Amino acid sequence: MEFGPHLMLAMLEGAVTAAILALTAMGLSVVFGVMRVVNVAHGEFYMLGAVIAWFVAATLGTHPAVGFVAALVIAPLLVGALASLADVLILQRINYDPERTIVATIGLLYILQQGTLMTFGPDARPVEPPFNHRLALPWVEWGEQGLALYWPWGLSITSYKLFVIVAAAAILGALWLFMTRTRAGLVMRATQQDSNMARAFGIPVARVYALVFGLGAALAAMGAVLIVPIQQAHYLMGHDPLLLSFIVVIIGGLGSLPGTIIAAILIGMSDGIISVFFSPTLAKILATLAVAMVLVFRPQGLLGKKAA
Amino acid sequence: MSHRDTFLHLSVIAVLFAAFFVLPAYHSGSLARIMVLAIYAMGYNLAFGYTGLLSLGHALFFAAGMYGLGLTMQLGGWAAIPAFALALVASLVVAGVVGVLALRTRGVGFMIVTLMFAQAGYLTALYFVQYTRGDEGFVIDQAARAIGPADLSSEAGRYFAALFLFAVTLLVIGALVRAPFGRTLIAIRENEARATMLGYDVQRLKWIALVVSGTISGAAGAAYALLFGYAGASFAGVQYSIFPLLYVLLGGAGTTLGPLIGAIFMFYLIDLSSGITNAYMLIAGVVLVLLTMFLPHGILGTLRKRALPWLP
Repeated sequence: MEFGPHLMLAMLEGAVTAAILALTAMGLSVVFGVMRVVNVAHGEFYMLGAVIAWFVAATLGTHPAVGFVAALVIAPLLVGALASLADVLILQRINYDPERTIVATIGLLYILQQGTLMTFGPDARPVEPPFNHRLALPWVEWGEQGLALYWPWGLSITSYKLFVIVAAAAILGALWLFMTRTRAGLVMRATQQDSNMARAFGIPVARVYALVFGLGAALAAMGAVLIVPIQQAHYLMGHDPLLLSFIVVIIGGLGSLPGTIIAAILIGMSDGIISVFFSPTLAKILATLAVAMVLVFRPQGLLGKKAA
Repeated sequence: MSHRDTFLHLSVIAVLFAAFFVLPAYHSGSLARIMVLAIYAMGYNLAFGYTGLLSLGHALFFAAGMYGLGLTMQLGGWAAIPAFALALVASLVVAGVVGVLALRTRGVGFMIVTLMFAQAGYLTALYFVQYTRGDEGFVIDQAARAIGPADLSSEAGRYFAALFLFAVTLLVIGALVRAPFGRTLIAIRENEARATMLGYDVQRLKWIALVVSGTISGAAGAAYALLFGYAGASFAGVQYSIFPLLYVLLGGAGTTLGPLIGAIFMFYLIDLSSGITNAYMLIAGVVLVLLTMFLPHGILGTLRKRALPWLP
């Protein structure tokens, strides 16, 4: 393939990565924004979403589309409930002390991951996509009759991948409406701005925290349900999304939601493009070092405001 | 007061010395490994327990020591002693550079920056797969693992080499934390603003603490490669940054013997549970959660608070 079509293919793959990453990182960002808590177990909630999707699809056993839609509803609900439970049982009891929370969520990471290993097993398992047409894409070329369209071999995307991008955008749009147009969103934003003042006005801050922690995990689970027909469900699959989400949330500015989306697109696209043209390991080394440097020299992130 | 500390430390070393002749071979082999891991945890404790620097990236220093020794011995054909010295220099330099950058941040930022640096280090070990052989790792020739006539791959050689290094580290750290330097580190941990106001160069002291901590961790990594004859990228992974944190939290942060106690407990807990299930890290997870919730001072920390206030 020539450079132009190759680059376009890399960008399409990057867009899929970016869409999933935006959802997952948004979960982390919402939790950090409202609760000021770094959730190291976030990747495991993502993994659980994928595993539950496989479980739902395998149990129903009907048309893939039925299983997929069921999974898209059930997995986020279950994962969200589990996360809320973890918040009430563990994080509320240690008062969200920043360092102890990180240690406790590291513990939670291993509990969820190894619990999945014991029940789900070490194998990767596929989920069938609800629909999957191969769409060949055209490319322009300067031919004898001027500009001409042609279909380079290998330049294609599946309809499902396009659906992932659209679905992720729709979910993020719904989240934005929820945060800005509903009473629950208002309560969340009030808690984010000043939890003491919110408490003084009668907002049940503890319950808001439990729900936000659940919401963050549910967003990760939704991302995983969308990706699992492309990648397989595996008990170690939470590692990379966790790291990438961290990178996105930090680059975008801790707690800044628009920043998170912009950074997700930036990181997802460049990850896709760099991985196609260079070694994926080298791409990851550069990305992690870049994040470390951003934190060292610009701790508020690229778009974040200076912390008060 | 100081005599009592020294006495306690010397008796622990004496017990470990005697243990080799009493314990069956399997357990003395485990104990050699535990002592090396305890050295690692003692190094970690200096940063986390005494100075309050919660790093999630000490595997980078451990791996710097491990590869510093492993690669020079295996590819460069160096002898054990110069390779060990080079490993110390390597981890010292890595800790120095990481310290300069990471100490510009604090709290959660510091945790994430150290995590990211360690991740970059792990990926670098994977990237240079033709030298490090990645996750699979490489074996260090048995013939080279000797200091003069002492064969470090034999059971006794391995045990007493580990004990020697452990004893040196314990006595040095025991003296260090009682010295004005160690006292200042504790002051920084307890109240950094006050330490600054009293005129201490807090930033420089934290850097020195991190460099000493990283170098001790590197010594542990080098000792691990030398005594057990293996170096692999899995030792640079996140899990090996979590282990010393776990040992220190369990044994008691800011106590000289906590790292050893924590390493013994966790090693045997994981050893026993891995006989039952392959999901042995589940135990580590459960212990971490329970510790943060119910025993934040660890075993020796709680003991010091309740019964033995003199405990070093």
